Amino acid sequence: MKASRLIGIAGQSILKNKMRTLLTMLGIIIGVGAVIVMVAIGQGARTQIQSQIDNLGTNMIVITAGATRTGGVSQGAGTSRRLSMDDAEALKRESILLNAVSPVVSTFTQVVGGEGNWRTGVNGVSPDYQTIRDWQVTNGRFFDDAEVRSIRKVAVLGATVAENLFPGQDPVGEQIRLRNVPFEIIGVLAKKGQTAEGNDQDDIILAPYTTVQTRLRGRSWLPQILASTAVPGDIPAAQREIAGILRDTHQLASYDEDDFTVRNQADLATAAKGTTEVMTLLLAAIASISLLVGGIGIMNIMLVSVTERTREIGIRMAIGARGGDVLTQFLVESIVMSIIGGLIGVGLGFASSAVVEQITGWGTAISPAMVGVAIGFSAAVGIFFGFYPARKAAALDPIQALRYE
Amino acid sequence: MTTRNSEVIRVEDLRRVYTTGKTKVLALRGVNLTIERGEMVAIMGASGSGKSTMMNILGCLDQPTSGRYLLDDVRVDGLSKNELADIRNTKIGFVFQGFNLLARTSAIDNVELPLLYDRSGRIGNTKEKAKAALEQVGLGERLDHEPSELSGGQQQRVAIARALVTEPAILLADEPTGNLDSRTSVEVLALFQSLNDRGITIIMVTHEPDIAQYCKRIVEMRDGLVLRDEPVQGRHRATADLVTLQPLETAEAGV
Repeated sequence: MKASRLIGIAGQSILKNKMRTLLTMLGIIIGVGAVIVMVAIGQGARTQIQSQIDNLGTNMIVITAGATRTGGVSQGAGTSRRLSMDDAEALKRESILLNAVSPVVSTFTQVVGGEGNWRTGVNGVSPDYQTIRDWQVTNGRFFDDAEVRSIRKVAVLGATVAENLFPGQDPVGEQIRLRNVPFEIIGVLAKKGQTAEGNDQDDIILAPYTTVQTRLRGRSWLPQILASTAVPGDIPAAQREIAGILRDTHQLASYDEDDFTVRNQADLATAAKGTTEVMTLLLAAIASISLLVGGIGIMNIMLVSVTERTREIGIRMAIGARGGDVLTQFLVESIVMSIIGGLIGVGLGFASSAVVEQITGWGTAISPAMVGVAIGFSAAVGIFFGFYPARKAAALDPIQALRYE
Repeated sequence: MTTRNSEVIRVEDLRRVYTTGKTKVLALRGVNLTIERGEMVAIMGASGSGKSTMMNILGCLDQPTSGRYLLDDVRVDGLSKNELADIRNTKIGFVFQGFNLLARTSAIDNVELPLLYDRSGRIGNTKEKAKAALEQVGLGERLDHEPSELSGGQQQRVAIARALVTEPAILLADEPTGNLDSRTSVEVLALFQSLNDRGITIIMVTHEPDIAQYCKRIVEMRDGLVLRDEPVQGRHRATADLVTLQPLETAEAGV
């Protein structure tokens, strides 16, 4: 008996019992659909978090002053005053791998100007900061090295600050006062949105670090230096290079520990990615259970079907079907139903993902690999759960089967 | 008298013992029977006579406990399940009391079914063959009708076409008229007789003496043995009897 004929017989049988076929496939349809939607949501979340991390600047390296020790008591990171402007300049001058270095001098203050006042953070940075954070200016311009050197009182506003002080207006060219020091607004930054932790990145004012240092902060040491490399692959080497340069400028002996820490954004990205991967896996696991239940549904219906069709099996055997033919027929039936159910489930998954995206606004992403896995899995379900009923059918005694009412 | 190859069935000392728990039931106690090509034999007997067991063994649905069974010069006893399935497919045509057609399946697809299980590859166009078989039983106009759209007599004729389509050595009919009214019964018998006239060997199991009168030979069984084996005296011709029977509105000609 040819395989094509067997598939034909199975196909006829499936088509002749549309209601039974549909009910059998329902479990698989819902199972596969659920897997697709769940994984699509998981992937969407991952893509979103990834883009947020990219937003921070994936090539960013953060250098912070190390901990000071007073009689064996550690004072915590950033308490050492040993990170200085000299360090930032040394890095800028000596490093080969870094394409941008910016000191960061932060303070928190009340801002007066425009329609009222606003309390926000002020970061004193160098023009390199734009490269490191990959942050565009939508309106106006960023300050340049000359303005940093000449300690100009210019400021670039984050989108949130601009909206609050100058709602519906162009703040460029206006004046604001920080601790009674007038600053000229020369630009507004592009909106960056929230970080993964929920901090508003746009609630910030950027100004030349020299100005912030002398006019607002009055301290000579730096809590933080930001740097970046041209390509992500250079990050580990760049971290070693930074450590070497800083140990040199700090004149540390070989037995001294680093009095600074160098971290990169990729570490953070890996951690966040790991979290979403676990979430995706969890969602997929839950959906797989529904697929498993769908498979058991197929087995149940196939078992009922064997009983219901006992007489048909008897007829087929009487006219010359071998046990193997009956087994193959039932197996093919259950596989075909599983695969068709899987395909419908994929369609349903696509549709539901689109609906979820519309309603919740979450991004979803359907990977072709996932579709392949879902269909492959449903075929496997068909074989696995179809085999027992098929074997039961094949083992029937034709005389008993023919007498079955 | 008869040459060896004119025999289509030869059964020697056939025994069949059913074991249920500790009790043994002797359904066949050593049956000897020879049927030649072109015969039309009625196997008769009350329930418990062993005629159903005999039928199952002749139809290769069951195996004897001991004894020899030659079908169309092939030793059939002792064959494996798969070999028996192939024998049923190629050498035996079944006609059942309850027609046993596949529901929601057209007449032509029902008749084509045995050809789909053929392994010899001797059949070319299975649809054409099925169509020819249906024409042979006078249902050439109802190829696409499903069993639910056919009368009992028509359904039985589809079943006969299905039995004939593989050109088997014997046609085995189990109470073929049991579910039919008397006129339709005679019509089906007329079809059997005309097929027999064309040389097809027919073995019919029945408990109705009237029906047996249309055959050429009656084998009567009792308690697992052949009680009586003799030719039919004053055989009925179904076509002649149809004339005397009350014509029905739905009546159809034989062949």
